[in-house]
Amino acid sequence: MTAGVRVLEHNAMVYRRTWHGSVLSSLVSPVLFLAAMGIGLGGYVNRAGGAGALGGVPYLAFLAPGLLAAQAMQTAAFETTYPIMGKIVWDKLYEAMLATPLTVRDLLAGELEWLIVRLCIVCTAFLAVMTAFGAVRSPAGVLALPVAVLTGLAFATPIMAFSATQRRDSGFNVLFRFGITPLFLLSGTFFPLDQLPWVVRPLAFLTPLYHGVALARALTLGQVDPIAALAHLVALLVFVAGGIVLTAASFRRRLVV
Amino acid sequence: MPNADMPEARALSEARAPSVTPVRPQRDPVPPLIEARGLVKRFGSFLAVDGIDFDVAPGEAFGFLGPNGAGKTSTMRMIGCVSPATGGSLRVLGMDPRVDGPRIRARLGVVPQADTLDMELTVRENLLIYGRYFDLSRREALRRAGDLLDFVQLGDRADDEVEPLSGGMKRRLTIARALINEPDLLLLDEPTTGLDPQARHLLWDRLYRLKQRGVTLVLTTHYMDEAEQLCDRLVVMDKARIVAAGSPRELIERYSTREVAELRFRPGEQDSLGGQLDPLADRIEWLPDRVLLYADDGEAAAEAVHARGVRPESVLVRRSSLEDVFLRLTGRSLVD
Repeated sequence: MTAGVRVLEHNAMVYRRTWHGSVLSSLVSPVLFLAAMGIGLGGYVNRAGGAGALGGVPYLAFLAPGLLAAQAMQTAAFETTYPIMGKIVWDKLYEAMLATPLTVRDLLAGELEWLIVRLCIVCTAFLAVMTAFGAVRSPAGVLALPVAVLTGLAFATPIMAFSATQRRDSGFNVLFRFGITPLFLLSGTFFPLDQLPWVVRPLAFLTPLYHGVALARALTLGQVDPIAALAHLVALLVFVAGGIVLTAASFRRRLVV
Repeated sequence: MPNADMPEARALSEARAPSVTPVRPQRDPVPPLIEARGLVKRFGSFLAVDGIDFDVAPGEAFGFLGPNGAGKTSTMRMIGCVSPATGGSLRVLGMDPRVDGPRIRARLGVVPQADTLDMELTVRENLLIYGRYFDLSRREALRRAGDLLDFVQLGDRADDEVEPLSGGMKRRLTIARALINEPDLLLLDEPTTGLDPQARHLLWDRLYRLKQRGVTLVLTTHYMDEAEQLCDRLVVMDKARIVAAGSPRELIERYSTREVAELRFRPGEQDSLGGQLDPLADRIEWLPDRVLLYADDGEAAAEAVHARGVRPESVLVRRSSLEDVFLRLTGRSLVD
């Protein structure tokens, strides 16, 4: 398992060449979103009595943890689609790695370790901007960081399994258009789930983003219900564990032939 | 004078040549680095490797010669412990690939058919990270990277990106990368396919130097000149099986004559010759664009053709090559 660190090191070596731009955009993106939607749109929502509907919470404070979790999802989805396909199909870096003492298990471990690093960078930047906007209303909000990372992993692992089955990148367009974007919009990120028609509401419970958003929001608002929090946490862990099992099988099927 | 020496030299080599099929290396009892018995690789219903036997001895250059699709790459991937065998037995460096894959791979160098270089890293970084996969310290990996880049004549490109390098340079970089762990065994899958002649000769020269240093080379190729240049011993593969084995010289002696007269005719003429040429050579191959007369004295055969009043457009007398061996064994050319 320890040899997975070498795969992490490879990712870090590649990242080092572009980290300035990457970190900058990790800061700019939340500033834009929170300013436009949290303050701009949020001002209208609050004046129209939205704060009452949101349990007395200003729209900015409601929205920000949702966006944090959604950002983790999007980062995870991007990192586990094109880059993974590149390493299998385009540059065949996995083939090069597997000719060394590294094993498929090491590749998987290293990619997961790297995802955790990437998600930590992106989510820490996001949480810092949130704090500067005054959108973190409880010290417990710091725990939204591991929750966001876990949300990212809950998407990353099943998507990685999917990516390793693909021969071309066209499947990724479908994934983003019909998977990631609807979830981004409809998982309680922008409005409470009870706004959704009752038929589709249960579907939201089946996606990791809903659980990530709900848990991150409870933490930054300081409104944690222990039972609900535990349920969300377990749901996220189930997605991560299931995703790891699927990815291991998918990687083996693709790389060991 | 040189002519007088030649038969003697040939007699000597014939005396050394073993009379049995030399699938095993002659210098036993040194244990082989690779030992395959009845090795099989199947992909679904497709049989890629159909029960082949071979040994590779330490220090030799061993080749798999055959056309595309003969099963060479599948065999290499099994030796490289990245593709599990479907049947038969395989031992590499005295170990079993099924249980000792990582330990075996730690001592192998692999040059895959398609370059698998990291386009997002520099030339030097490609070697550094690869050394890290073998658990070398950064300092040691960088030291070896410097030496290896000099060895493959890329020292002045160390800090460049990989993408703009020529095909030959990328291939040399891949070879340098395969040497970062100072392997006991270097596996090369079609090392010079797609390279121009100059780049090929440079590569052959580097591989020859490695061999001089005692590195065991195993390579696949569909170029007979490459096999003749580099291999001490080779097996000819066709349709998933080994059809012949031996040194290039042994194979030529066993399956071909010393010389060949290649006759080219004006279009249509070749078909009207009938059996006229039959008594003039040991064996005749009719190819679409030329006729090959196999004879120990090619000049004499060509003269006999002329004496019969047959007038080819051109006549070329040359020594037999592995291409002729392959043609004899399979009825087909190596490179279509």
